[in-house]
Amino acid sequence: MELRVNGHPVTVHAEPDRLLLFVLRNDLDLTGTKYGCGEGQCGACTVLLDGSPVRSCQIKIGAVAGKKVTTIEGVCRGDELHPLQKAFIECDAMQCGYCTPGMIISGIALLEKTAKPSNAQIKEALQGNICRCGTYNRIVAAVNLAATHGEKNHA
Amino acid sequence: MLSRRSFLESLGGGLLVLWTLDEQLNGQESGGSHRHGDDERLPQDVAAWLHLSREGVVTVFTGKAEVGQNIRTSLTQAVADELRVQPAAVRLVMGDTARTPWDMGTFGSRTTPQMAPQLRKMAVMMREQLIIVAAQDWHIPPSSVAVRNGSIVDLKSGREKTYGSLASTVDWTKIVGTDGKLSAASDWQCAGKSLPKINASDFVTGKHKFSSDMRRPNMLYGRVLRPAAFNAKLATIDTSAAERMAGVTVVRDADFVGVAAENEWAADQALRRITAKWDERKQISSNELFSFLKANPEEATERSNDRPPAAGGKEMASTYTVAYIAHVPLEPRAAVAEWDADSLTVWTGTQRPFGVRSDLAQAFHLPENRIRVIVPDTGSAYGGKHTGECAMEAARLAKGAGRPVKVVWSREEEFTWAYFRPAGVIEVESVVADDGTIQSWKFDNYNSGPSGLDSPYKLSWTSTRFHETRYPLRQGSYRGLAATANHFARESHIDEIAAALGMDPLAFRLKNLKEDRVRAVLEAAANKFEWSSSKRARGHGYGLACGMEKGSFFACAAEVSVSPERKVRVERVVEAFECGAIVNPEHLQNQVEGAILMGLGGALSEAIRFADGRILNARLSEYPVPRFSDAPAIECVLLDRKDLPSAGAGETPIMGVAPAIANALFQATGVRVRSMPIAPAFGSSNV
Repeated sequence: MELRVNGHPVTVHAEPDRLLLFVLRNDLDLTGTKYGCGEGQCGACTVLLDGSPVRSCQIKIGAVAGKKVTTIEGVCRGDELHPLQKAFIECDAMQCGYCTPGMIISGIALLEKTAKPSNAQIKEALQGNICRCGTYNRIVAAVNLAATHGEKNHA
Repeated sequence: MLSRRSFLESLGGGLLVLWTLDEQLNGQESGGSHRHGDDERLPQDVAAWLHLSREGVVTVFTGKAEVGQNIRTSLTQAVADELRVQPAAVRLVMGDTARTPWDMGTFGSRTTPQMAPQLRKMAVMMREQLIIVAAQDWHIPPSSVAVRNGSIVDLKSGREKTYGSLASTVDWTKIVGTDGKLSAASDWQCAGKSLPKINASDFVTGKHKFSSDMRRPNMLYGRVLRPAAFNAKLATIDTSAAERMAGVTVVRDADFVGVAAENEWAADQALRRITAKWDERKQISSNELFSFLKANPEEATERSNDRPPAAGGKEMASTYTVAYIAHVPLEPRAAVAEWDADSLTVWTGTQRPFGVRSDLAQAFHLPENRIRVIVPDTGSAYGGKHTGECAMEAARLAKGAGRPVKVVWSREEEFTWAYFRPAGVIEVESVVADDGTIQSWKFDNYNSGPSGLDSPYKLSWTSTRFHETRYPLRQGSYRGLAATANHFARESHIDEIAAALGMDPLAFRLKNLKEDRVRAVLEAAANKFEWSSSKRARGHGYGLACGMEKGSFFACAAEVSVSPERKVRVERVVEAFECGAIVNPEHLQNQVEGAILMGLGGALSEAIRFADGRILNARLSEYPVPRFSDAPAIECVLLDRKDLPSAGAGETPIMGVAPAIANALFQATGVRVRSMPIAPAFGSSNV
């Protein structure tokens, strides 16, 4: 089966019922995408599918043939971190860091759609992502910071 | 039902370790030996703890585990400080039983008060020795040199020698026991500042390999057959269909049955083809939990003062309950096990790498030096990862399959087969004089635990008892242990007394507090919250709670709103916190904020429901934890006491959240909720 992962064509030999999450992690060794709950409740497994955020633990690999998948490994711009990745570091918006890739993917999906989101829009977009360490307010600050950087970049 | 004794056996003494912490730590202080800790004593030589390379890189070896509390950063700061090097020159090897000195485990907020000074001491010894050898080389007295940014400098001539150039001139195994003077917090250069999380870029890029991300050549994926219910015994089993599957190994050892396969999907398929019948027995349900605990006491420990109870005054009695809750670390238990002949290496997320090594040694009848447990920085724990079940399962499957095996627990397994924060019943009886002085205080805790029982208040007569009871679920450590339950009861009851006397909750506390450090945080929180001056909106209430535990001090002020539909929302939390000299202000604040969020879940809505040996809500869709929309506005006041030793801060800030919310809810509605979680007891539309 052919798909594009982080801009590269990839051929996967996998039973079509297998979940995208585990094909990414176990077959392609893209382990930045995490398992957290297996029922689409925690957002740790969030990836972009043709640009939209999806829960990769809920999607069978057979359903993504020919589609574009972006994981946390694919969001850097060359050697440079994505502004939201930088903002997470700057705002200390993590503790254990396990939810971080899913948070960043969800945040990037929001920023692609809404360049300068309100706090309410950020919370709504990230409501499906759980940070058990409780850094929510810092994550909101990080998305705001990245949005501000983005504005500067475009100015 | 488990008795406490059989539980301790099943946990390998994990819980016992917690409750006898101080005795065991004293044992840890004595003796002298080398790294690779086969010996449960702290080595005294520098080589066991620090390595200096020719390039000037300092490698630090500590058995502590990084689980998100950012001790990789704070311990780096400690070593960089004493060695006068940049933090970038310091690397930490953590939680690796083959490389780090023995360590009891990462819990009890002990890293900052114990491991940091230990590493500082070693760093001072290294620095002093480097000064000596440089001065000898130059034939000048040590007093004529200074240390500066990884070099020894001759003060007169300005010539320098880098640490790296001196590294191999010293046999660091021989440098022992000189008790160097640690820097005072007021002289810290690196500690005391907000150094960013050391390896943060590895987390934001997904590069960091958690245990669940580990991969070994030829690795298989394992799954374990779970009993139908707790305490069920395997009656019959048929594994033949699974065994016929290509590439599948079925491993069976008494009641342990597991499979290993080429990928996670094949392992799931194989597990489904195993048919098993279990003999179950009737067990109690969460509906009858509290009456069960009260009806089944085993032993009690009592602390009381000798004064007779004072007569006269207002008598009050209340009963508080606390439900079982789960840790829900976002990374579930995970392990990769690999055998090489009769040596075993396991990568696993645990707070007790050396404890897990002992458990594995016992299970496989191997000497401990044949087993290596490595703890990659782990996707949180909160006291929930003291044990090594997953390591054991991976090791059994790897042995049976003859190949490395990874086991990652599903969320449902994590909710079911880990352990829980103990549920409890707490009874408080008090007598208070009309002038607001507390005459007597009787406090009985059933099952939830004896932490946080020390009262910060002046009490004429007091009796505090912890009753061990029989209990229905596997229970163990949790961030803050029972101090959260005990503070919930104490601080709720204090509020009840204040209300009965018609006194302001702040004034009543300030009148009765005897601990100055609690008084300081309470005043700081009240000021920041504008307790006395700010005007409450309609349907809003304010609540306070304060206390102390594990050498740190907190006060929490909460604002709660209740909608006409009875939806309870925590709008704002101000927490003042004091833990001696602050090591990393940003990370401390992050811990306090995180503890508030986690505390909010247990306070408002988290509860494990169970019946007949089954967890009824073993999924995130049925066990809600706080999300973005639940996060209140948070303000922290961090009191920096540079004159006092640093205490840990990962646990204590959680303790005031629940009582502050309950007290605020009372002010908003007049309804006193004495149960955790609060929302269902209040009849809230949150649940």
